[in-house]
Amino acid sequence: MLAFTPPPLPSDDKRWKIVNGTMRKNGFARHALIETLHTVQSSFGYLDDDSIRFVARSLRVPLSQAYGVVTFYHYFSLKPPGKHTFTICTGTACYIKGSAKLVAAVEKRLGIPQGQTTKDGEISLMTARCVGACSRAPVTLSDGEVAGEMTSEQVIEQLERWAVA
Amino acid sequence: MTIEELEQIAKSVCQENAKFDYEVNVCMDLACFSQHSGELRDALVKAVEASGKKVLVRRTGCMGPCSSGPLVRVDPEETLYHHVNAGHAEAIVSSLGGEPVPDLQCDLNEHFEKQVRVVLENAGHIDPEKIEDYISRDGYQALLTVLTEMMPNGVIHRITESGLRGRGGGGYPTGLKWGTVAKAGGDLKYVVCNGDEGDPGAFMDRSVMEGDPHRVIEGMAIAAYAVGASKGYIYVRAEYPTAVSRLTVALRDARRHGLLGHNICGTPFSFDVEIRLGAGAFVCGEETALIASIEGRRGNPRPRPPYPAVSGLWGKPTLINNVETFANIAPIFRKESKWFSSVGSERSKGTKVFALTGKITHTGLVEVPLGIKLYEIIENIGGGVPGGHTFKAVQTGGPSGGCIPADMLGLGVSYDALMAAGSIMGSGGMIVMDDTSCMVNVARFFVEFCMTESCGKCIPCRAGTAQMFTLLSRICAGTGTMDDLELLVSLCGTIKETSLCGLGMTAPNPVLSTLKFFRNEYIEHIVNKRCPAGVCNMEAPVEVLA
Repeated sequence: MLAFTPPPLPSDDKRWKIVNGTMRKNGFARHALIETLHTVQSSFGYLDDDSIRFVARSLRVPLSQAYGVVTFYHYFSLKPPGKHTFTICTGTACYIKGSAKLVAAVEKRLGIPQGQTTKDGEISLMTARCVGACSRAPVTLSDGEVAGEMTSEQVIEQLERWAVA
Repeated sequence: MTIEELEQIAKSVCQENAKFDYEVNVCMDLACFSQHSGELRDALVKAVEASGKKVLVRRTGCMGPCSSGPLVRVDPEETLYHHVNAGHAEAIVSSLGGEPVPDLQCDLNEHFEKQVRVVLENAGHIDPEKIEDYISRDGYQALLTVLTEMMPNGVIHRITESGLRGRGGGGYPTGLKWGTVAKAGGDLKYVVCNGDEGDPGAFMDRSVMEGDPHRVIEGMAIAAYAVGASKGYIYVRAEYPTAVSRLTVALRDARRHGLLGHNICGTPFSFDVEIRLGAGAFVCGEETALIASIEGRRGNPRPRPPYPAVSGLWGKPTLINNVETFANIAPIFRKESKWFSSVGSERSKGTKVFALTGKITHTGLVEVPLGIKLYEIIENIGGGVPGGHTFKAVQTGGPSGGCIPADMLGLGVSYDALMAAGSIMGSGGMIVMDDTSCMVNVARFFVEFCMTESCGKCIPCRAGTAQMFTLLSRICAGTGTMDDLELLVSLCGTIKETSLCGLGMTAPNPVLSTLKFFRNEYIEHIVNKRCPAGVCNMEAPVEVLA
């Protein structure tokens, strides 16, 4: 059997070396697919066609299977995120404490539905299933920073701060 | 590493700590951290330096009552301060040796009085990133005792005797599960820790993994010895980055101390653990789906049998237990064998950690002996419903559980009692609802969750949850009919009986339990087109799914 040679890196972007590192650490085993996709997303912010193709070929996973995995898991994103990401938790505790009102307020303010990015590419609005800070519901994340017991006013204030900056 | 060396480490930590007159513990768990307890700790360190007092400032895991955060506890006096911010640092440090700061002191005696801390015994007392702190509180002693003094059979016997049941929600006897994996043939076996805490509204496993990661690793190592496994995986949600980094540090430290790896503590037993990240799929909490995910595939469950205990990860016998189950293992070996079964009710032994949230005064993490009455948790520990509202229901078990109404609060919390009441123990989310919550809307919320989280493999779950959602949306919008209600009930039965995995089988639970206890709310929506709680918008257009 011929020895397997992984495909060349798509470009000389240093981030591909990090991605390749994850695969090498796992001996280019097929089961490293999700781990590798995590690395791609944390390095590039999202998964595009080229990166999925590259990972699939490197791990000898059918492209259909790789794409299937990417679309199955909510954590993976096929679209580039905005400059800022605003996430509203919609877990049960947050729902009981009125997270739906927050979502409605932000959707109205930004003029986009959840899961989308404003046209200028500034702010992405996401919802999360639960970030585990339920005791301080409703919870939001501004670029990953958790804030609890939020009101619609505070949420809008945060968005204004980004608009000014 | 030998027991003597372990004791030596514990002793040197104690000597080190004895140099300090006071210990100031700062809760750095997510809830407190989101209120800037990080800055508070820095301010405390600065204030200590300026004062010249001998004080140890320590970051700790979750102390419990998150609604009073950020929390600071001063030892040895055990003075608890609440709602502390960086501006209070100087006052706290200068009060050491004198009277406590009166404005910050809080009285949570009633909150703590009825709790029994086993899983959370170290929470708030150790720095989660210091293995020495864990060792100084008898950590890894159980593992060493097991490896040097017990046979695998004896270990399983001890677990069976303790009466421990799976803390992930199903309540399967842990000893029985371990026994099945131990009996399975083959030289390669796996131990998997299920840290995919998908139940929205629950965060016990996160707090345990972040606040006391070595406890989970020790439990896994003991389990691996008992069943004959050499490799372990911890499957953690990617949404818990702190848990991942704490576990990574803990695994590295355990390897450095020879508590993981080849020939642990000079015995023939070898075991190592790897972390695998989830990627946001609720169904991956189901064991066969979790296995598929670790193998790098879509998290689709498969029919059982064969059970993972016989054919699991890569077709090898695999033991899968929840984070909290593993966290219970070490104490069972550290104390007398009868001790564990002396806590709890007849068929549910030990304690259970609950994440108490929703419309309740003291939200946070509580650990109670099983068999405790629900009203004790809600009234005494939780401090009741705030703001003059009245209690309506408590939801346990997340999207797989049900709502328990006010007149059933005398119920003792156990696997069987909750099941009989139409709910389940679940992983430990406990969400309190008051008169401002609409139970039909709550049912719709959970069904929507199951609909979007259904993996789509089997039809009853994929199509059934979507139809349930449409029916409930109609009722919430005031366009439902009594026929819809009948249809809903029959649909629930079909989904429950014919779905492939636990997600589908339990998806109707929130609907059935609210129908059982709050049928009048459904009727009110249908007949009078009115939402008693004022939540549902009756003029909203109905979303119909194609």
